[in-house]
Amino acid sequence: MNSLIEKIGVPRLIIALFLIGLILVAVYLKIPLSSLITDILVRFGMNAILVLAMIPAVQSGIGLNFNLPLGIVFGLIGALISIEFKLSGFFGFIVSILIAVPLAAIAGYFYGKMLNRIKGQEMTVGTYIGFSVVSLMCIFWLVAPFKSPELIWAYGGNGLRVTVSLESSMAHVLNNFWSFKIGNVKIPTGLLLFFALCAFIVWIYSKSKKGLSMKVAGSNANFALSNGIDVDKERVWGTVISTVLAAIGIIVYSQAFGFLQLYNAPLYAAMPAVAAILIGGASLHRAKIIHVIIGTLLFQSLLVVALPVINVLSEGSMSEVIRTIVSNGIILYALTRPGGDTA
Amino acid sequence: MELLQMENITKLYGENRVLNKVSLSIREGEIHGLVGENGAGKSTLMNILFGMPVIHSTGGFEGEIFINGIPFNPKSPEDAMKAGIGMVHQEFMLIPGFSVTENIKLNRERTNPTLLSKIFGNKLERLDLSLMAKDSRQVLDKLNMTVDEYLPVAGLPVGYMQFIEIAREIDKEQLKLLILDEPTAVLTETEASQFLDVVRKLSEMGISILFISHRLDEIKEITHSITILRDGEMVKTIGTDKISIVDIARLMVGRNIDMVKAKDEERDIKDEYILELKDFKVNMPGEKVKGLDLKVRKGEILGIGGLAGQGKIGISNGIMGLYETSGTIIKDGKELPLNNPRNSLNSSIAFLSEDRRGVGLLLDDPIDFNIAFSSLEIQNKFLKKIGPFNLIDNRTVREHALKMIEELDIRCTGPKQHTRYLSGGNQQKVCIARALTLEPNLLLVSEPTRGIDIGAKKLVLDTLVKLNRELNMTIIITSSELGELRQISHRIAIIYDGKVKGILPPDASDEHFGLLMAGETLDKVVN
Repeated sequence: MNSLIEKIGVPRLIIALFLIGLILVAVYLKIPLSSLITDILVRFGMNAILVLAMIPAVQSGIGLNFNLPLGIVFGLIGALISIEFKLSGFFGFIVSILIAVPLAAIAGYFYGKMLNRIKGQEMTVGTYIGFSVVSLMCIFWLVAPFKSPELIWAYGGNGLRVTVSLESSMAHVLNNFWSFKIGNVKIPTGLLLFFALCAFIVWIYSKSKKGLSMKVAGSNANFALSNGIDVDKERVWGTVISTVLAAIGIIVYSQAFGFLQLYNAPLYAAMPAVAAILIGGASLHRAKIIHVIIGTLLFQSLLVVALPVINVLSEGSMSEVIRTIVSNGIILYALTRPGGDTA
Repeated sequence: MELLQMENITKLYGENRVLNKVSLSIREGEIHGLVGENGAGKSTLMNILFGMPVIHSTGGFEGEIFINGIPFNPKSPEDAMKAGIGMVHQEFMLIPGFSVTENIKLNRERTNPTLLSKIFGNKLERLDLSLMAKDSRQVLDKLNMTVDEYLPVAGLPVGYMQFIEIAREIDKEQLKLLILDEPTAVLTETEASQFLDVVRKLSEMGISILFISHRLDEIKEITHSITILRDGEMVKTIGTDKISIVDIARLMVGRNIDMVKAKDEERDIKDEYILELKDFKVNMPGEKVKGLDLKVRKGEILGIGGLAGQGKIGISNGIMGLYETSGTIIKDGKELPLNNPRNSLNSSIAFLSEDRRGVGLLLDDPIDFNIAFSSLEIQNKFLKKIGPFNLIDNRTVREHALKMIEELDIRCTGPKQHTRYLSGGNQQKVCIARALTLEPNLLLVSEPTRGIDIGAKKLVLDTLVKLNRELNMTIIITSSELGELRQISHRIAIIYDGKVKGILPPDASDEHFGLLMAGETLDKVVN
């Protein structure tokens, strides 16, 4: 029994039990389960790639990538440019990604170079770089030379809107792709398939020679060095891949959400992603795809189910409060583990 | 009058007996030398006397200590200080940003009462800097030191720091016994001789000195009597004038080594060199190599011995390019690029690090991956091509690991067990397996038996001999244990001060080894 609990992990057990409790209450309150499940699937698909971005970061040894906003702003730029050129549907989605990826890769490269100078402080520095990047981009959004009426304020002039609707461009292209219904549950096939594709690429990479070098550099730098691996280069690689995944992740997130959120919105994007992978069982030194899947599923389900249940039981936006407590609590818990044991 | 008596001191670390019934006594004003190889138990004995917490957290010790005939059982360094024992450590314990005075008077400051201290207690009294400086000047004068007592310690030459540490100890009024742990290791020759004068002066003032050093000529010159430790046993206590340096060296090293080598093992090793080092320098902290020349013959086992800190560990690490290196390395007639681990690995050199858990293993990865990784990374083995991807071939990795586990007799639950959970000996075997997978013709082995129990030691050494004999692999083995070097090597190079002091056959006498390790030349031995 003890070994079973150890294998699952105390935090996962508590959260899973809490989730089951919430679902039972939801059933008792006659909240339709089918809509809850639909929501869970969508929220899983839209968040999972942002969580996946943690994997190369952890594997290459820079720890959890709190600088997710860096990748996110370039994802947003990609999407904005594709809208500016009036691209829509799948084509718009693909073009956004094609623009965002090289930009994110360049930014990730320089960020990785910088991280090599501050070894041991990556997570703290990453958090602040993330904050700075978001602030810097606030200026950019104001002065960027976009002209499309979809993007700028309704009264004209300079500057982008705070939220840009994707209704006329790429909203729900993945969600609706090959989607079908089982009873009242709508399966967002395209969304889940796209995540599966990204996860597969990350998995294949981690089994390849290059990926293994990166993993070894991350888990024991001295061992890597004595085997002729350029540890600094591997860390830069990990950072680049992580930043690129963040850029792709936000485009996928936005098309499912239906809006692009600019200005301060990317500020706290890293926290839920970090929390999700930690809930999934990753540590600061070890992360696998399965941690992403379990973690995102548990974390997002909790939010989806808690929202209607708590809104019925109490007043106000309790679900937002719960989200904050859970995500920050689990980050705190994981960071206090000595030597980065499985959280 | 005996100032200090330690009787039948025995100390166990777990199952490991590091001190066995050691007795020691020091008279007032006597300078007593304590000598022994690394690991002979000198530091442990001093830690017991100084009440270091590490002793009590590992189960205390057996035996009795008396100071002036009164039983004394130090539970903490404070107890020892109260009893009048002072210690100057090998590493300096000075605060760089503080002045000489502040360091000397640290925690024993002269103070004047102030208004605040009258209300809140004497922690808030004001420092009387001029009085403190006067005190400091006094002790510094005793040591013939001209340094300005107001200078900050940071930036002073290391020799001065050593004197300041001593000044701090003798400023304690009740000081009766001063322990000096390798005090001259960091000093230049003139500083050292000046230092020895000071030690003599202290002894004339009636302070007893316990002097630990590897420099036998100093010991011979300054001490009144000597205690020699070996493997935790007390070999001898004797008046200094009754023993020669050669005899001290022999007693330090002397060990009944069973020369297991049978005659037919003597193989013909030609004067053909697989590796040459010229003016080889390695900047490895604590183990610097300073311009060494060494030739390694093809097919031999070359032992590298010497005391800790003399640079023997730096050699292998330098050849692998793990620390900043200069000079020339010639491998198989070709010059090897420096500071490039990948190139060293590509030239058929494999390395077993002395830091097994830190450098030698991926502790949280399975055995099979540990064994296969080097050769996967360097030689592109254990890969399979699927489409555009070069993926790890788990099947061959596993098969290879199973083969190695059987050949080297690695005790484990299976090839998927994480190496963290293996015993030291089995971890070492995993490292050996990883090196062998590279199929090197030159194997560098650093401290292969450190932290391994005796049974496993023999297995590891036997494995190395077998590799040398059956595969004709050249092996350079670096070890602090002279005994094991003499057991398996064909030649043994003794490193002193970053250079080769001499190369001896394994059956050379104990005196020879002892003298070379202490940095003496061999002419002192009268044949």
